Amino acid sequence: MDEILHGTYEAARLIVTLDRDLLEIIVLSLKVTLTAVAIASLIGLPMGAWLAVNRFRFRRIVIAVLNALMGLPPVVVGLFVYMMLSRSGPFGAMGLLFTPSAMIIAQVLIITPLIASISHQTIRDLWAQYHDLLISLNATRGQRIMSLLWDGRRALLTAMLAGFGRAVGEVGAIMIVGGNIEHATRVLTTAIALETGRGNFAFAMGLGMVLIAIAVLVNLAIHGLGRTERSSVW
Amino acid sequence: MPTSQGISLPAGPAGPAALGERAESGRAASILPLRLRGAMARARGKVLIGPIDLDITRRGLTIVMGPNGAGKTTLLRLMHGLQRLSAGEIIWSAPQSQVRDRQAFVFQSPVMMRRSVLDNIAYPLVLHGVARADARAQAAEMATEMGLGGLLDQPAPVLSGGEQQKLSLARALIRAPEILFLDEPCANLDGRATREIEAILQKAQGDGTRIVMSTHNMGQARRMAQDVVFMYDGKVHECAEATGFFEDRPKTPEATGFINGDIVE
Amino acid sequence: MMLIRAWAVVSLLALAGVAHADEMRLAVTTSFDNSGLAAVLLPRIKADLDLDIQMIVVGTGQALRLGEAGDVDAILVHSRAAEDAFVAAGHATHRREIMYNDFVLIGPGHDPAGIARAGSAAQAFGLLAQARAPFVSRGDDSGTHNKELALWQKAGVDPGAQGAWYRAAGASMGATLNTASGMNAYVMADRASWLNFGNKGDLRLLFSGDPVLFNQYAYLPVNPARHTHVKAALAAKLEGWLVSDMAAGLINAYKVNGEQLFTFNARP
Ligand SMILES: Nc1ncnc2c1ncn2[C@@H]1O[C@H](COP(=O)(O)OP(=O)(O)OP(=O)(O)O)[C@@H](O)[C@H]1O
Ligand SMILES: [Mg+2]
Repeated sequence: MDEILHGTYEAARLIVTLDRDLLEIIVLSLKVTLTAVAIASLIGLPMGAWLAVNRFRFRRIVIAVLNALMGLPPVVVGLFVYMMLSRSGPFGAMGLLFTPSAMIIAQVLIITPLIASISHQTIRDLWAQYHDLLISLNATRGQRIMSLLWDGRRALLTAMLAGFGRAVGEVGAIMIVGGNIEHATRVLTTAIALETGRGNFAFAMGLGMVLIAIAVLVNLAIHGLGRTERSSVW
Repeated sequence: MPTSQGISLPAGPAGPAALGERAESGRAASILPLRLRGAMARARGKVLIGPIDLDITRRGLTIVMGPNGAGKTTLLRLMHGLQRLSAGEIIWSAPQSQVRDRQAFVFQSPVMMRRSVLDNIAYPLVLHGVARADARAQAAEMATEMGLGGLLDQPAPVLSGGEQQKLSLARALIRAPEILFLDEPCANLDGRATREIEAILQKAQGDGTRIVMSTHNMGQARRMAQDVVFMYDGKVHECAEATGFFEDRPKTPEATGFINGDIVE
Repeated sequence: MMLIRAWAVVSLLALAGVAHADEMRLAVTTSFDNSGLAAVLLPRIKADLDLDIQMIVVGTGQALRLGEAGDVDAILVHSRAAEDAFVAAGHATHRREIMYNDFVLIGPGHDPAGIARAGSAAQAFGLLAQARAPFVSRGDDSGTHNKELALWQKAGVDPGAQGAWYRAAGASMGATLNTASGMNAYVMADRASWLNFGNKGDLRLLFSGDPVLFNQYAYLPVNPARHTHVKAALAAKLEGWLVSDMAAGLINAYKVNGEQLFTFNARP
């Protein structure tokens, strides 16, 4: 109980003093995660829509694999990305290991299946409504997907937020591929893991609360964005 | 009644004379007449309708009638290409690549896209490459003529049933189709809304759109029909001029029963 | 949707990577990082050599793998047998001893196994086995873990066959200390990690000082013949600094709670 109180105190202290190192960590956390969400959305949303709109032979298998990938332990993804980006791996020459880019790649791999799967479910329902109309209007495949994504955009924000939630709290993969290097790849979650390992529970709790606060703020901001759109054009 | 300016048709001068070549550049001759020869539709091994032989001529307004489950919706969808043809032929008078873009369909239950009224109506134009601003301007004009002028910025899904039907109709007419299929467009509408929609359809017809429409409303059928297709149990039982069908009495007992039933009611 | 565009730009920038001048990667063990010595050395290195050290803090096993793959430029670890094998395999050009600290035996304050009165580390481990007192092991094949196994062997005990009192945590030093603190169990830790550990609870330092508990740190530059991209010149520069008098002064003077942690023993 004491630790939680101390944690609250630490969180307050961290925020009030706006520690420079903390700020750096927060900015990097947001940069990595938001970028990963953006990239994963650019891949996952059209992929989900495409799966909803098209009938092809291995569709069921693809969807099953996608759903299974959602349960992939991040550490496994981290290890995989490490082996790809390692100097002795296939993409080693790019020198991406232990950089924020490597962390973004790992997070993209972790959350793309999640975003694709949720967007597939959302778009599938909308497609059931729109099917006859879009066929009747002779919309091309690309137009169908774009229309579904656009009209389902607010539901799809939920998919993006789910991806954000999973990415921002992830530690296993980015620890491996980022290396938790101070002033280079240290983010909130790896810092929390580090402080926990040092037995500095209050500080770790404080960081945890900062993490939650940031996640809440991002959610509110994105919901705000959704609402702005509703007031002008639905 | 204003003739060609009533419902604005973007394709330019319209009217009976222009029917055949009421064309954007590159458009060939009319896609009509449409001929069905032994056309059948199956689902899960069961025959839904057919075999059907039917001609949809260039002019006129065809009403498809028949009891529930007779196959009216299936026939309209089959002609429009939404229902797969399992046997027989559907022959348009233009190459297959051109026919889809020159038809429109109004569904039995309106499909409201999650957009504003204006964007719903503009949507078919945007799909076909019209610049967004142009498309919205045309859509606004169309909406105003349909009495939806006050609702342009409303989200379409919140409209009343009658307003949704009008929106569907506006969206179907915005590209001035050569042929318009309507599946009970006035179900659930009150008398006034029904009349408004009928007026819109008559204007559209005057502007050169061929109309094929199913309805259960006998009064509407009498008011509008030039030809009647009577369906029963998946087959076309009668196909006649309206005057003949309604005044000389139908020839088959099923049709007679249907009409009498409805009239008695 | 503007936000999405902004994100896309950010991601491109992030993917392009950011170039820094004069920096090298050094894999170190958790115990070294936990000691806090790095916080003293790194700023000095930066000032003297204008060199940014990017520390990757991992277990010994992972540190060796990173060196083997060429993902770091040098490693600083403490596991003699593994280091010799590493050099023998040609992954590092050589092994340079820098300093040592020592391992300590930690346990509940009332010391049910009585190891505080033991005459040697081997005797202390024997007492632990006799008392069947709960003991938490790193169990992660780290340098610390290997040292612990060697000490059990010296005491003539096979801890794996002993039953439930012996718990292999399979975790880092910090996590293992947390586990021991939670269970009020015995645990072996490096002195640095122990002194800097913030969650001691009822745990006390019970036994230390036997020379077999000394823990030698060595610096191994990754072999540039194996990996051409390795920053061998920088690694050599760092090595030169680590064995300098400046380093010796800082290392020997570093204290936590008034206790000296490391003893500099590099030969020039
Ligand atoms: N996909 C399908 N699978 C199986 N049966 C179908 C399918 N579609 C339609 N049917 C059946 O085909 C018959 C004709 O249906 P259709 O919807 O064309 O009738 P309708 O004349 O439009 O009726 P209503 O006046 O009620 O709208 C019905 O018996 C219906 O149950
Ligand atoms: Mg029907």
